[in-house]
This record gives sequence, C-alpha cells and structure tokens, in this order.
Amino acid sequence: MAGRQTVISVRDLVVGFGEAPVLDRVTLDVFRGEILGFVGGSGAGKSVLMRTIIGLLPKRNGTIEVFGSDLAALGERERRSIERRWGVLFQQGALFSSLTALQNVQFPMREYLDLSPRLLEEIAIAKLEMVGLSADVRGKHPAELSGGMVKRVALARALALDPDIVFLDEPTSGLDPVGAAEFDELIRTLQHTLGLSVFMVTHDLDSLHAVCDRIAVLSEGRVIAAGPIETMLASEHPWLQSYFQGKRGRRVH
Amino acid sequence: MGVAALNGRVFGERVALAAMGAWTAATAAELESIVEEATRRYEHARFVDIDLARLERLDTFGAWLIERLERGFTDRGLNARIIGLSDADRGLIEEVRLVNRTSPSERVAENRFLVALDQVGRAVAEMGRSLVLLAQLLGALTRAVLATIAHPARLRVTSTVHHLERVGWRALPIILLSTFMIGAILAQQGIFRFRDFGADVFVVDMVAILVLREVGVLIVCVMVAGRSGSAYTAELGSMKMREEIDALRTMGLDPIEVLVLPRIVALVVAVPLLTFLGSMAALYGAGLVCWLYGGISPDIFLARLRAAIWLPTFAVGLIKAPFMALVIGLVACVEGFEVEGSAASLGLKTTASVVKSIFLVIALDGLFAIFFASVGM
Repeated sequence: MAGRQTVISVRDLVVGFGEAPVLDRVTLDVFRGEILGFVGGSGAGKSVLMRTIIGLLPKRNGTIEVFGSDLAALGERERRSIERRWGVLFQQGALFSSLTALQNVQFPMREYLDLSPRLLEEIAIAKLEMVGLSADVRGKHPAELSGGMVKRVALARALALDPDIVFLDEPTSGLDPVGAAEFDELIRTLQHTLGLSVFMVTHDLDSLHAVCDRIAVLSEGRVIAAGPIETMLASEHPWLQSYFQGKRGRRVH
Repeated sequence: MGVAALNGRVFGERVALAAMGAWTAATAAELESIVEEATRRYEHARFVDIDLARLERLDTFGAWLIERLERGFTDRGLNARIIGLSDADRGLIEEVRLVNRTSPSERVAENRFLVALDQVGRAVAEMGRSLVLLAQLLGALTRAVLATIAHPARLRVTSTVHHLERVGWRALPIILLSTFMIGAILAQQGIFRFRDFGADVFVVDMVAILVLREVGVLIVCVMVAGRSGSAYTAELGSMKMREEIDALRTMGLDPIEVLVLPRIVALVVAVPLLTFLGSMAALYGAGLVCWLYGGISPDIFLARLRAAIWLPTFAVGLIKAPFMALVIGLVACVEGFEVEGSAASLGLKTTASVVKSIFLVIALDGLFAIFFASVGM
C-alpha cells in the first residue's frame, strides 16, 4: 500500500465521554480510491470514530487530517469547503421527513450550488437513477418508502455534491440478504465510476468479503489490525479469530 | 484548476467541440448556459464531434451536461459522437447515458380559482372526517368505560393516577396564577367603569357571575388544552410513529383501554377540580383589587358576593367542566392517532389538537349557554 495517497489520516485520536476514553490513541489511514471496512464489537466505538472524523463529536487529543489539512486548525470557511467534499450515509438514512425523495437529493445542491431549476431536477433524477430507484419513488416522502429504498435515497443524497469521500454507517443493516448484496454491488459500482474513497462502518461479513479493499478492526479503543481480508483470516488475535472464523464467518467462504 | 470551457470549430458540415478544464459541480451553472448556447449555435451542422481529451476533471454534473449536449444534437437528428474519452471517465459517461430517459413531467399551469375551490372542498371534507373520527373514538371510549364498569379491576389505576398528577397537580400553580390575574384584571376594569355611575360595589356582582359561570372554566380549559392536550397528542403520535401502538394491539391489548381511558379519566377528574380552585383564585384576586384599588373592604365584598350568587351560578361552571375535559381529551387522542410517519405530521397534528380543542370548548360553551338559559339557571 506504500506510495498511495491518503485522504483521511487519523493520529493518536482520543475521544471519551466519561472517565474512560472510548477511543484510546486510534491511528488509521484511508487511501484514495479504496473501500475501507471498519469493524468492531457493538459499542466498541466504530460510529464514534466516524462521527468524530466528520466533526459531530469533539475529540480530546490527537489529529485528524482530511485531504492533508488538519480539521482542527481550519477556519469556518475552509472547513465548509472540506465538508462539501464528503457525503455521509447515516444508519437510519436520516432523510428529511418533510421533503420528498427528489427534494432530499436536491437539498445539498440547492444549498451549495447555484443551478437552474431544470439542471437541479435533472441531476437529482440522475442520482436517483444511479442508485437504482425508479421514477415513481421521486415524489414520495420517506415515510412511504421501504427500508431499502430509504437507504438508496440517502445514498443518493450523500452523493449529491459528487463527494470524494463517502462515509457509510452500517449501510446494509436492516436489509435482507438479497437487498444487502445488491447494495454492496451498488457501492462497488459507484465507487468505481465516481472514483470514491469509502469509509464503511459495518457488521456485515458478506460486505467485508464482497466489497472492502481493506479492513480495520477496532477493539478496546484501539485499531488492533488493518489490512486486506486475507490478513484478517490469517491473524492469530483471538478477537479476530472469533469474528472472522466463527460460525457466521465460516459460512461465507 | 482550469476554467471550464467549450471551444467550437466549424469544418463545413462538421463541428468539432472541445470540452476543456474542470466540468464539475462548481462550474455547472456556467456550463449549462455554454451547453445551451452551443446546442443552439450549431443546430445547422450535420456531424458533431465532442472531444473530451482536454478535460481536467469530470464529475456527475459535468458528465450529465456533456450527455445533454449530445442529446441536444441527436434529438434534432444530427450525428453527434463523443471522442477522446479517457478510461477513468468512461464509466461515468456510460452511466449518465442511461439516466433521465423519461423527460421530466411538464408542470401544468394551475387555475387559481380551481385550486382555491379544491382547497375549500378538502378542508370541508377534512372537517367532516374529523367529526366522524371523534364520534368513533367517543364510541370506543364508551365501550371501554362500560367494560371497565363491568370489571373494575381492569381500570389502570397507576396510569390514571400518574396522568392525574401530570394534568392536575402539576398544572395547579400556573392555573392558579393565571386565574388570579384574570380575576384581578376584571375587577380593576370593572371598578374603573362602574365608578362613573357611582356603582362601584356592583363590580363584585359582575366579577362573581362572570368568573363562576364562564371565565373560570374557559381559562382553565384553554390552559389545559395548550398544556395537556398537546402533550397527549405528541405522546400518542410518537408512539404511533414508533409502532408502539401496533405492538400493544398484537399483544391483545386495546389501545383505547390502555392509553386513552386513563388519560381522559384523568382530565375529566382534574378539570372540574382545577375549575373550582381557579375560580376561587380569581375571586381572591378580584377581592384583593377591590380592597386595595377600589376601597371595597373584604366584609362588603363578601356580603355582595352572597347577595349576587346562589348555588346554580356556581354549579353552571362546574357542570360544564367535565364535558369540556372530555372534548379536549378526545380531540387530543384522535389527533395523536392520526399522526403519520414524519416529524412534520407530528407538529401539524399537535397544532391541530390545540386549535380544535379550544374551538370546540368555546362552541360547547355556547351550546351550554343556550341550554342553561332555557332551563332557567
């Protein structure tokens, strides 16, 4: 992996809420154009790391660099321009419930870009079609959509501004295996066509096998391993063994 | 990053267009007009080559605009093609080739008059529907009450007492304060006007009758609708949103019996009590103002009070209270059950709950006024 460009670089990050830190000196790199799967037990702090990188949680110590600039050192304007270059898919989709699917996708474009109504509509429809949604979904409100469709609309919204990095928080949770496999495939295709870097928090072993270029494992507040799936499978670490070699892990290969 | 541009050169019937610079979201607005102009300018050509070799950056926005440029020509029967496509951009261009094949539906110009008529019609139908829903819930509630009377052990005492504390006990301070002030204000205004006629002392009659018959119960109901009715709607609404009500049903429990009955029983008990205490606070406020501001001593105030009112004056206010409580509770629960999936709908229904229940309380008050007048109370 040497010589590849890093888009996110986390160094000695400490995040905590009470006495004991949730993340204790975490160090992690995400390279350009890769899909990084981020795993760990429930409550290990996977989402905490993601939310800290995108600035929703405060950090206690350490540095986070995105596109080579330290987020903490940036002013309001520079920060905004970095934020425009990433898209986030939240676990529950977090679609705005008072807007239709199409309006949800248009929302970030409307805020940041000065486009004609026609172009705005065409691009939003293009994004919805790229995530595999048909025309009849456009006018519907999130409450009228199924779980899988909500995730797709949310992905289209995350991609609205053509970001360089996409953060996905458990993208396949709550989807049936067929839907989850299709979603993995979709992420793979979009990552390829749009040249995205993807940071994916997941629990889904199938996703890890199918789409992730590299996997990072969080345990007891630290990243205990990072590398391709083969490295994970070969590891001697007891947690990794039980995670990847357990009953549910073996099913996959 | 180079500025986005589209250079065109004409060779007889052939036009060579070269896209240059960054065709991205940031330049999309500017590019759109460039693309439109190019489509118009070269409409008489027969062959169009769109050369992408000198592009620096391309994203979905740029790719779509190139696709739109090409479609602009091919739709007019021209021969357009894309050349100089790099491998990195090929996937994106092929992707956008598939999208937006169904043209966006034309917005039909709407007739303002018809829209207004449509809205009025919908509002009337909605009003009718909400009356039906109220009647339905009243029916279901009656059934639950009868079932509870047959098996008193089924009443959820803990829940009822909990709601009684919330809508009664905890509402007491604010209700006492408001009614106290209303009583004081009525007395002050009365003294001010009545003094011109030398009839200061009759202010006691006015305040006593007004407070006991109308103002006490109305103020309490408005406060309760705003404070507790809205809370009921929001609670039931968010329970509905999170499928908690469906969960109750699947466990064989009747949401009316579990959720609605304790809430409405609590209101029907609490509102008359609050009305009584509120009316007393209002009279106390009036008495204080009469004494300090109007020079009417407490002895005279009490004597006038005894002369001005008799038991039915007092009863009129208290008889109305439980009925108004029932209306507030019913409207709050109906609106709560009407909430749909979205946060906006929760807000909408909570507003509707307060507005409707206050309106219905006032309408009911009018009906009671006619009723009491005809029975001579």
